[in-house]
Amino acid sequence: MSTAAAQATLTVALVGNPNTGKSTLFTALAGVRQRVGNYPGVTVEKKIGHVQHARHRWALVDLPGTYSLAPHSPDEMVVVDILLGRHSDMPLCDAILCIVDASNLERNLYLVSQVLELGLPTVIALNMIDIAKARGLTIDTAQLSHRLGIPVVPLQANKRRGLNELKAALAQMIERQTSPQKSPFPQPFRDEVSQLESLLNGNQERDAVQPTDNVLHAINGSAAPPTQSAADSIVPRYLVERLLLDTSGYLEQSGLIYTRSGQRIDSVQLQQHLQAARARLSAAGFPVPAVEAMARYQWAGRQLEGIVRRPTERLKTNSDTIDRILTHRLWGTVVFAAMMLLLFSSVFIFAKPLMNWIQAGVDFIAATIKDTLADGAFRSLLDDGIIGGVGSVIVFLPQILILFMFIAILEDCGYMARAAYLMDKMMVRVGLSGKSFIPLLSSFACAIPGIMATRVIENRRDRLTTIMVAPLMSCSARLPVYTLLIGAFIPAGKYIVGVLPLQGLTLFVMYLVGIVAAVVVALILKRTLLRGATPPFVMELPPYKFPSPALVLHRMVERGWAFVCRAGTLIVAVAIVVWALLYYPHNPAAVEESLQRDQAALTAQLEQFPADNMHRKFLEAELARYSTPDQREQLLAGAYQRQSILGQMGRWIEPAVRPLGWDWRVGCAAIASFPAREVVLGTLGVIYNLGNVDLEANEGQTQLQTQLRNATWDGSLRPVFTVPMALGLMVFFALCAQCAATLVIIKRETNSWRWPVFTFGYMTVLAYLGALATYQIGTWLTG
Amino acid sequence: MTTLAQLSVGASGRVVRVNQIDEVSARLLEMGLTPGVDVEVLGAAPLGDPIELALRGYRLSLRRSEAARVEVEPSR
Repeated sequence: MSTAAAQATLTVALVGNPNTGKSTLFTALAGVRQRVGNYPGVTVEKKIGHVQHARHRWALVDLPGTYSLAPHSPDEMVVVDILLGRHSDMPLCDAILCIVDASNLERNLYLVSQVLELGLPTVIALNMIDIAKARGLTIDTAQLSHRLGIPVVPLQANKRRGLNELKAALAQMIERQTSPQKSPFPQPFRDEVSQLESLLNGNQERDAVQPTDNVLHAINGSAAPPTQSAADSIVPRYLVERLLLDTSGYLEQSGLIYTRSGQRIDSVQLQQHLQAARARLSAAGFPVPAVEAMARYQWAGRQLEGIVRRPTERLKTNSDTIDRILTHRLWGTVVFAAMMLLLFSSVFIFAKPLMNWIQAGVDFIAATIKDTLADGAFRSLLDDGIIGGVGSVIVFLPQILILFMFIAILEDCGYMARAAYLMDKMMVRVGLSGKSFIPLLSSFACAIPGIMATRVIENRRDRLTTIMVAPLMSCSARLPVYTLLIGAFIPAGKYIVGVLPLQGLTLFVMYLVGIVAAVVVALILKRTLLRGATPPFVMELPPYKFPSPALVLHRMVERGWAFVCRAGTLIVAVAIVVWALLYYPHNPAAVEESLQRDQAALTAQLEQFPADNMHRKFLEAELARYSTPDQREQLLAGAYQRQSILGQMGRWIEPAVRPLGWDWRVGCAAIASFPAREVVLGTLGVIYNLGNVDLEANEGQTQLQTQLRNATWDGSLRPVFTVPMALGLMVFFALCAQCAATLVIIKRETNSWRWPVFTFGYMTVLAYLGALATYQIGTWLTG
Repeated sequence: MTTLAQLSVGASGRVVRVNQIDEVSARLLEMGLTPGVDVEVLGAAPLGDPIELALRGYRLSLRRSEAARVEVEPSR
């Protein structure tokens, strides 16, 4: 290490298997302040924190938990590139901190063996030693450290025990020059790798393992004298090994391998050489890729011999006993159903009071603004635009946070894996895997936590498919729409086959519409855009443990904050745009005129009915409102909205929505609800001259329902809202992506605008066709 | 030739080899299902699939279609 490098911030990469307590260790070392972002082009999150120890300050880079450093996808390649110092975003790390589960040493040593081959200073954090001890395992850490040649620090990250020793070990290692590790591979394999290296890099040493640090420093451009100029990209020996081992061809075809003159290798020649080399190895009894697993696990076994003492009988742990119940054919299913029910009802039960509280707060702020500021564009912008628009999303924050909390609890205690295990067979039938179940289930409350929960799905295609169909699960924002329309147009007290209430059944059918659509879309996606071989399900079932409140809270706050930040700005922007569309042009004279015209039209309409006709009574009541001062305000609001740009847009698209049975008012409300579907009711309220009616109250609901029932097409007496039209409208809302927040989160999780745009597009088309079919067929049937 | 998928709940065996060369097999090997390792079938999900194994001191679940690639020599 040159002095120049020592003065720069030293970087430590944190790697390890999943379920080893890596997040807990990261937080324990670097605190809660983390810089998060994405590496460009992939969905891997960049998580960097800072560790303070004595006079040292290190940057700690948290890399995703992985079982092996064999790259099969761009995401995995990013991790390998970072560790090799080939990634443009990150300098070569100065040390690697590898966290290992003490109860699971054999399998964890697989990754350790790969990490050691990278040739960087490494420290092993032997975590969860208390659990190992409880299982009857005794580990001679000193001897293990001696055998591996690197520090092995036992610790309990959750109890913060051993952290100082760990930091001390890191400090020691970082300053040291590392000696190359002996490769665990058999000689014939090493020979083939050397041959391949010569092909790719020109002349290198034939035998023995290449000390990689010189090569790596050359790439990094640090002060160590480079063997080649930095412009020549040498393929590190580690990558050459991986090329030979990667039978899926990912590395070959990735175009990421360059020769020393900076040119891409002739792929045909490379492929031929690889095939020949693999054939030779297979003939010699070292088939690729099995040779890697065998070599490394044999190495692991040798390292651990005599070091780990375990009881001779496989100890039946508490975890196993619990597992037998929780995966039991009957009891497992019962507990599972109960858990999911609990998840759901808690969200709705606990969230409700909080949501009311937030709504009250929002209303209070809106009222204060109304009182303090003078009437005008600015007040309306603040009130209706920002407070209204943002408020309608913020009100869902309790639900979102509670879901984050539940998902974090399930993940931490280990039940999440069991849920995937139990549901896998069912999910396979729709082209997904068990890991998609909880994300999709959560989306029934709100798609945002559901989509963020898809991180547990390692396979990119599966993950994307799940994200694409998550918004089809009827979220809680759709429920008010369903409730209002069903209450207005589906007769109450009617029963199918004498027992099933028609209203309840209709609600159920609406949910079913979303599920069926999701299944179809998932199957189509898996056969077209996102087709590929079925990804492996092979999944570790971590031991059960009591969820750590600190970790759960941290996750909840971290994700909640990410949502507020990412979606927040866009939501405010969209709210302002929608407000502007609904406000301008603000022409009082024209509006007054239109009101008088409406009054005249109403009077004319009235005359067409006999004196005691129901509809006439309704129209008389409406006419009376024009003369009452505060009622007039509501009428004015409606008139302003009709005059607005959005109102005009509603008229323009009327030809397009007429086949759905919608008139321009409904079209206008639908457009206004694209950023956030829950505003549709408020918009309908204003359009139908109810002003800002409180739809939570029964009275408000009934008022709006009455208006809807009596709404007619302009210039005629034909009702707009028929049963088929109402059903079609619900179907539209069930299938349409009317949530800007969700689209922003999709962008965040997929790190590309392509997918949210695609989601919006396909769902709008689906919604339109669904509403069209429902209305046309329904009308024809009842015709 | 017995495969892992054919072992009943409670049975154990020793892995002989992992057949096929693809992403699934690579993953099985990575997770420690290498020739010579002892495995025990602990249970199956309510719908019969996937199955849960004990190997190398931890618990692994996999689909029967995946387990079918693993040749085992049943114990006892």
